[in-house]
Amino acid sequence: MSMHSTYDFLRHLADSWGLLLMLAIFIGLCAWPFRPGSKERNRQAAEAIFKDENDGE
Amino acid sequence: MEQLVSRAGLWFVIVIVAVMAAAMAHDGGFAVHMMIVALAALIGLWVSVSGADYAAIAKGILRTPDEGKYDDDPIRWGVLATVFWGIAGFLAGVFIALQLAFPLLNLEPYLNFGRLRPLHTSAVIFAFGGNALIATSFYVVQRTCRARLAFPGLARFVFWGYQLFIVLAATGYLLGITQSREYAEPEWYVDLWLTIVWLAYLAVFVGTIVKRKEPHIYVANWFYLSFILTIAMLHVVNNLALPVSLLGSKSYSAFAGVQDALTQWWYGHNAVGFFLTAGFLAMMYYFVPKQAERPIYSYRLSIIHFWSLIFLYIWAGPHHLHYTALPDWAQTLGMVFSVMLWMPSWGGMINGLMTLNGAWDKVRTDPIIRMFVLSLAFYGMSTFEGPLMSIKSVNSLSHYTDWTIGHVHSGALGWNGMITFASIYFLVPRLWKRERLYSLRMVNWHFWLATLGIVFYAASMWVAGITQGLMWREYGADGYLVNSFADTVAALHPMLLLRAFGGILYLLGAVLLVINVWRTILGHQREEAPMTTASYDEEADRPAVAVPAE
Repeated sequence: MSMHSTYDFLRHLADSWGLLLMLAIFIGLCAWPFRPGSKERNRQAAEAIFKDENDGE
Repeated sequence: MEQLVSRAGLWFVIVIVAVMAAAMAHDGGFAVHMMIVALAALIGLWVSVSGADYAAIAKGILRTPDEGKYDDDPIRWGVLATVFWGIAGFLAGVFIALQLAFPLLNLEPYLNFGRLRPLHTSAVIFAFGGNALIATSFYVVQRTCRARLAFPGLARFVFWGYQLFIVLAATGYLLGITQSREYAEPEWYVDLWLTIVWLAYLAVFVGTIVKRKEPHIYVANWFYLSFILTIAMLHVVNNLALPVSLLGSKSYSAFAGVQDALTQWWYGHNAVGFFLTAGFLAMMYYFVPKQAERPIYSYRLSIIHFWSLIFLYIWAGPHHLHYTALPDWAQTLGMVFSVMLWMPSWGGMINGLMTLNGAWDKVRTDPIIRMFVLSLAFYGMSTFEGPLMSIKSVNSLSHYTDWTIGHVHSGALGWNGMITFASIYFLVPRLWKRERLYSLRMVNWHFWLATLGIVFYAASMWVAGITQGLMWREYGADGYLVNSFADTVAALHPMLLLRAFGGILYLLGAVLLVINVWRTILGHQREEAPMTTASYDEEADRPAVAVPAE
């Protein structure tokens, strides 16, 4: 890791560990709805908008 | 009573300060703007003094909002503001389209193209689109959280504060006040005002989510929240500037050169990504399932759609600066992320369209669903065209040409416009407690006028853009450019006329929206044949009897 300038340091951080970290977070977030047992929760969430068929009035 | 007096006092102080600022202003435009602020504060003073319930104050009754009812007043105002600013913005668009075809229409100095063009873009994006987003977000967040809007006073401040922002921005353009940043033309004091309004908006939205009765935060709210947060960040960074004087309208950007250009397009492209895409996708994820009366096709896909959009969009801005002083790697980065964006965009489109799986007949029978489907189709088309145009070799042909204008309008008129119209048609009968819309057949006419308008617009701009791009790069045998710029303008004239015609059709459709919304609010119902009826032939509806031979 070069330390001769802030720009250089940040630039190399961004295209190595920074990139890896972002990718890991992204994959984790996308995998989250596929975790075991989430199917029922997703179904409930999708249908929750129909609980108020009279729009709360 | 004390509260009323202190509120009136606050309004009064604002009036005095604004008038003083107008008197000491360094330029005419700033003085006009301060007088507008003073006028707005005077109206606020008058409303708080005359509108107060003195009988209740005298008896010491504290009125608390009914938590068993949704707070729909700011939403009703927002729907009306959306329709009003929509017409204003479309009208400005048609006018500047005609100015390009007939330069005589440039009425100097206030109504020339240079001043009206930001007026048009801001009116349609921020006034029409922004009001639609604020109104629908207040509607959707209450319904999906099953809780009344948090901070009712602040919600009203958001609505009126946003209208003041629009008025200051629009009058500023006509007066020649601009910081020349695309889609961020208003000057420093208007930017500061919008920041305050936007933080209040964030507070109302998050406050409502916090007091929710539903355990899960529905995905539409994720999109709305990302839109509100990202716009706050983009707006603040892009508008970092130093005013020349605290009593003048002129300011200078904190950035210079290519850094300034990249900041602008980081803002500009994410304004498209988070204002015109994430925010409107939030509308899609609520209103399409509601109107279709079936849940979203895949909730999992909607979450992947969300995170992919968030992680990819923010990097796409540099594709606006291909072949400029921007470092080559940054241009390539912008291009690669733009191409990758194609996947989540189409995932989202498929998610919306497939919600109709098993109910495709609604496209034929329900013009509102048809509008939603068309808006999703245009979302798909413009998010396919966008990545294509971000590829450097394609961009070398399309950049600075009318192709870009055509692309933007297929997204804006097709995706943003149509989904907003459909959501308004969904909302108006519900908000004003009407049995149904004034006329469904009028919605159908609106649909076809708008669709035909977009077809004329996009097709003519494709032809015009490619013509321009090819003419600009045409070299003769001796190595000189063949065409002058004026040659290309002359070649484009028929296309510019067709584009204006498309805009007029789109505007006519919006006029039908005004009539329909107006008459629905009045409680009228047009007597008309229903959109579909199963066929019935009275003549044939009898037992079969053998006819004796003659």
